[in-house]
Amino acid sequence: MELQICNVSKHFGVGSARKTVLDRISFSMQSGEFVALVGSSGSGKSTILRLIAGLNQPSSGRISVDGEPVRGPGPDRGMVFQKYSLYPWLNAADNVAFGMRLQGIKAAEIRERTAYFLEVMGLQDAATKLPRELSGGMRQRVAIARALATNPSVLLLDEPFGALDLQIRESMQDFLLQLWQCTGLTVLLITHDVEEALVLAQRVHVLAPNPGRIIRSLDVTLDKSDLDQLRLSGEFLDLRRSLAGSLRQLESALC
Amino acid sequence: MSASATAAPERRSNLLSLLSLGATPSRAVRGGLQVASLLIPLLAWAAIAALGFVDEKFLPSPGAVFRSLTSMAESGILFEDILASTGRVFGGFLLATVLAVPIGICMGVYPAICALCEPLIAMLRYMPAAAFIPLLIIYLGIGEEPKIALIFLGTIYFNILMVMDAVKFVPKELIETTLTLGGRSRQVLVQVVARYSLPSIIDTLRINIATSWNLVVVAELVAAEVGLGKRIQLAQRFFRTDQIFAELIVLGLIGFTIDMGFRLLLRLTCRWAV
Repeated sequence: MELQICNVSKHFGVGSARKTVLDRISFSMQSGEFVALVGSSGSGKSTILRLIAGLNQPSSGRISVDGEPVRGPGPDRGMVFQKYSLYPWLNAADNVAFGMRLQGIKAAEIRERTAYFLEVMGLQDAATKLPRELSGGMRQRVAIARALATNPSVLLLDEPFGALDLQIRESMQDFLLQLWQCTGLTVLLITHDVEEALVLAQRVHVLAPNPGRIIRSLDVTLDKSDLDQLRLSGEFLDLRRSLAGSLRQLESALC
Repeated sequence: MSASATAAPERRSNLLSLLSLGATPSRAVRGGLQVASLLIPLLAWAAIAALGFVDEKFLPSPGAVFRSLTSMAESGILFEDILASTGRVFGGFLLATVLAVPIGICMGVYPAICALCEPLIAMLRYMPAAAFIPLLIIYLGIGEEPKIALIFLGTIYFNILMVMDAVKFVPKELIETTLTLGGRSRQVLVQVVARYSLPSIIDTLRINIATSWNLVVVAELVAAEVGLGKRIQLAQRFFRTDQIFAELIVLGLIGFTIDMGFRLLLRLTCRWAV
């Protein structure tokens, strides 16, 4: 699989109210990669994800999966939002099964795949619980399981842990990284958290706001065998400081 | 650390504490208040009637009303009336619901359909349904049809607008998630939008069916052979205030039962929302 974002711009509004949200964004990613887009609010980072998901159309430029242009939303690009991500009337298992049911997959296969993804996500005990009975971290795990169950070629995550407490957020990051290492997922993560991007992604694109554009891209070649260690290592902290610095500079340039 | 230092302030047990904001009375207290809500007016009524302040012709005693109720029940008129009136209410209201739910959902989801329909509905809503009675009689005669049509006209617009509002509370993320899971428009509307709004829709119907009860009585006052409203009108002719009271109480009780029915339906179908 190859996801290509080529010279993509997006404007909202018309006439004098027209606002450029994204300005000629280009990057690409291959199967099995973990890429993060980091930016502050107003950098249009969520808009990029929505364009890739097919929920909005770019004003110009081209987005394609394996050479096929994206025309609308589809299960080959699974998406997880920060909030309101679960169907509140369905228990965890039925939430995971929902996408497969929409597609008319056979009941036996749905049952099997649902059980598999609940187990992979460590959710066996939560299967019959309603979303409101689950913690925030569990809910996001169910949402990720549901997106994965339809076998997408890329998983789009829109600040998936943004609403969680710091400790739960860190454990979810560890979990997602393990999941990626074990299953060979392809993940595109949107975040405003530099640390999250560095911990998880192989490649990080930094976005500047107004209009949103990529100002820096870097490959992360840190040793990720022990994340707790990593979060405290000098190399990591330097990188984090440098990235946070460039984000802060953009902020102050605006004031 | 002594226990007395951290002890909660002494609980006030007077009635006024029930009115402090955020106070939640115990189950027993609440039940007692609910019983009192019906019992106090009933006792006041009985007392006024017994003391003879008001002529019995104008204010029959609870006993007289009860006797009138049992005699109507024994003769079978009461059930005939109840059947006729509830039939009209359910006929008209069901029709209004079957149309209003899909229209309301589409208006809530598609801004274009909303723009097309909302001004018209907003205006029609302000035309009192009762003002249509003459037209309905001209068009449909004096059988069941104009009565059902009146109830339909009197409730459909409110049903549509309230369903539309309920639908607007469906989180956008939930709809978009469904699209990224491969859901088609129809699946999104039925399996997500309608399902998510179901609790609010049931609540909307519970509130609006009360309007149907008002209208059925109006319809029966104009032209009917049987029905609770018709009976009230006949009773007036013979100065049978005891019968009027009895019919009013029956109307109230049926309405109350329907209300409870909707609440039960909500609890049974939407455990996740209650």
